[in-house]
Amino acid sequence: MKAFDYYRAESPADVIGTDARPIAGGTNLLDLMKHQVETPDRLADVNHVGLDGIERDGDGLRVGALVRNSDLAADPSVREGWPLLSRAILAGASGQIRNRATTGGNLMQRTRCYYFYDLDTPCNKRAPGSGCSAIGGVNRIHAILGASGDCIATYPGDMAVAMSALDAVVEVEGPNGRREIAATDFHRLPGDAPQRDNDLQPGEMILSVRLPAPLGGKHIYRKVRDRRSYAFALVSVAAVVVMDAGRMSTVRLAFGGVAHKPWRVPAAEALLQGQAPSPDLFDRAADAVLDGATGQGHNDFKIPLLRRTLNAVLAEATEGSK
Amino acid sequence: MDVTLTVNGAQRTLQLDDPRVSLLDALRQRLDLTGTKKGCDHGQCGACTVIVNGRRINSCLSLAVMHDGDEITTIEGIGQPGDLAPMQQAFIRHDGFQCGYCTPGQIMSATAMLDEVRQGWPSQLSGDLGPAELTDDEIRERMSGNLCRCSCYPNIVDAIRDAAQGGDRANAEDAA
Repeated sequence: MKAFDYYRAESPADVIGTDARPIAGGTNLLDLMKHQVETPDRLADVNHVGLDGIERDGDGLRVGALVRNSDLAADPSVREGWPLLSRAILAGASGQIRNRATTGGNLMQRTRCYYFYDLDTPCNKRAPGSGCSAIGGVNRIHAILGASGDCIATYPGDMAVAMSALDAVVEVEGPNGRREIAATDFHRLPGDAPQRDNDLQPGEMILSVRLPAPLGGKHIYRKVRDRRSYAFALVSVAAVVVMDAGRMSTVRLAFGGVAHKPWRVPAAEALLQGQAPSPDLFDRAADAVLDGATGQGHNDFKIPLLRRTLNAVLAEATEGSK
Repeated sequence: MDVTLTVNGAQRTLQLDDPRVSLLDALRQRLDLTGTKKGCDHGQCGACTVIVNGRRINSCLSLAVMHDGDEITTIEGIGQPGDLAPMQQAFIRHDGFQCGYCTPGQIMSATAMLDEVRQGWPSQLSGDLGPAELTDDEIRERMSGNLCRCSCYPNIVDAIRDAAQGGDRANAEDAA
């Protein structure tokens, strides 16, 4: 690990506008620092700045950036109104990691692309301009949607996929004040600047995540992976489906493990919304989601896998509803 | 920089000249508490699991300086030879180990995990996110952050189930 300066921040003001790298749970950042993929000069320990509460916000909820994943998943209001979020969080990591990992830190976690971790290989995300080893390399876990010629890495998390489907809003503050970013737009596509995972600007800090009013309906988070627990998603589907008189009155879908960001396709939701469920309709929704999907070789299987997973989730969400 | 930890009930102050020291290395190398093991050092194996302020965490993925003022419990703090904690006794009764390297982490993780279940925390297996019954599947899911390369998982699950039930079943078996 490279040497760094450390200080304990007492409030967000000790961090905002500085060049210090915030460290909260540290479960991803410290790992990357041990590998020397991350080499911050200065760490700001944000574990004591507050921002660790979950509070009502009208009909919605405001979740502080320092709320631990375990607390968020177990919170009675979240379990009641936004069970998709609890399920997504509980599908990720281990009990030990969730006890440390925070809401803000989870959003900031970086890709698990093998080459990003391997200092001996080119990687545009780690060393801009050096090339992408995953293209034409081992790319079983990589993106099938929204990738670029410079990077085919995926965003690895689960929590943000649920937040995207729930239309959550990320509240951030920088030297020029506060602003809001839709959770769906927080992470970005790699384009020609894959070193930038998300839209957070230098000097900005995540303060909280706002969840809009509960949607009701069925909340399903289906995660397909190489082992049953403590593994990243190959494909995940986050779904909220509200049934009314035999038709899907509200549909929200987001996909994990397939792109550089949680993948949301409004056209697929619009296709389903207001319709009676049927396998044929689900298949057409999958067509819309997979519009432009491209395999890289080892990850070609993700294309049919996403289709099958979406079909299964929609069948489960709508079964028994007449 | 000075870091004061309460470790197994005793206040300990460390003078660190470098913030790079992990909580794990502080415990093992500065405080000579070598019961906590270093396995992968990357949060994947769980051998370094300790309980901080009542919660299990991977001590390898935390800096010691981040824990100034915290209460730490290690394997040495829950029981000693001759006065073992119920979870330690259950692991012995059920032969929940072979080489034993992952065992302190397994026991600390399982100890805190049972507290999480008592507090009604759901797992990904809890369909309705309600309070969980501690089935073997639930134990396996909630212990997925602890690997055992000797693959003693069946006996580990037996030990944890037994400890969760207060050791009644094993005691009955012993009596029989």
